Amino acid sequence: MGVSYGKLMMWFFLLSDAFTFSALLITYGLVRSSHPAYTGEVENFVFSQAYWPIPEKVFEAVPFLHGVVLPLVFVGIMTFILIMSSVTMVLAVEAGHRMDRAAVEKWMVWTIIGGLAFLGCQAWEWTHFIHGNAESKAFAGGATGAVLSWNQYGPQDFADFFFFITGFHGFHVFSGVCLNFLIYFNTVTGVYERRGHYEMVEKVGLYWHFVDLVWVFVFTFFYLV
Amino acid sequence: MAHHEEHSHVTVIPPDKAKIKKLWTVAGILGVITAFEFLIAFTLHAGPLKTAIFVAMTIVKAAYIVGEFMHLRYEVKVLIWSILIPMVFVAWMLVAFIYEGMAISTARLF
Repeated sequence: MGVSYGKLMMWFFLLSDAFTFSALLITYGLVRSSHPAYTGEVENFVFSQAYWPIPEKVFEAVPFLHGVVLPLVFVGIMTFILIMSSVTMVLAVEAGHRMDRAAVEKWMVWTIIGGLAFLGCQAWEWTHFIHGNAESKAFAGGATGAVLSWNQYGPQDFADFFFFITGFHGFHVFSGVCLNFLIYFNTVTGVYERRGHYEMVEKVGLYWHFVDLVWVFVFTFFYLV
Repeated sequence: MAHHEEHSHVTVIPPDKAKIKKLWTVAGILGVITAFEFLIAFTLHAGPLKTAIFVAMTIVKAAYIVGEFMHLRYEVKVLIWSILIPMVFVAWMLVAFIYEGMAISTARLF
């Protein structure tokens, strides 16, 4: 098919991985559309298990800005971080084509930093989602926040899908950071220079872009729609 | 032995400015689309139009990531289609299940 065996297999692995993510998002679509939607004015929105929550009312906190209502800003920052790390990855691939070891090292370091930054953001977001905050309107007599068996923000399924979908994606980011580090290590030790090509950077690059691609869909279907 | 042969026979090709510029342009487009989505999120009321805009923007972003960053646009046709055709079925499945969910939602009312 005009590509090497390794790249072709990476493409087919990514296709199968796309099926898994699609399964999660399709199930999310089914369950969400089977719940009643909130129909009132956005300003009057309160958390209730009677309808599906508006995402911008759930995700409105930003680290270090306690009590400030900034809907979707933090998730916007996370999206930006992931897009940037995708750019640095493609620049590492480009440098690999030119056998420019120093440039591959530089761009791989930036890609790893981007991946770690995203994971850090997600850890904060999970913590915030699980604990809720004191000002948020909890159900009468209930605790704030959400876990797999309790959800302040709306129907239980909402919290469960949040944990499964962003968790599965976060695990892919974590695996990607590990693979990126492996590539960086092999570049620094001159493995690819001795091999005469940097195709491994390309293959792992495909995986890393795929992780960014999945986030684009999660961002739309979980946070925007 | 190994430390002698390094740096000797590797020819580093200088960067292709036009290619790198194009990659940054794609990144810029992705950033602008995301910013536009943000704008839509707070200016339009929830409804089919808003959802349609978000889905369209998502497909454009996905096309840029897969086409340019993952280089699929420049691969042979057979590879492009063997990736795209299965995803078309997945997209149909998503639509079908959302309709199914809406039907369940209506059925629950009675």
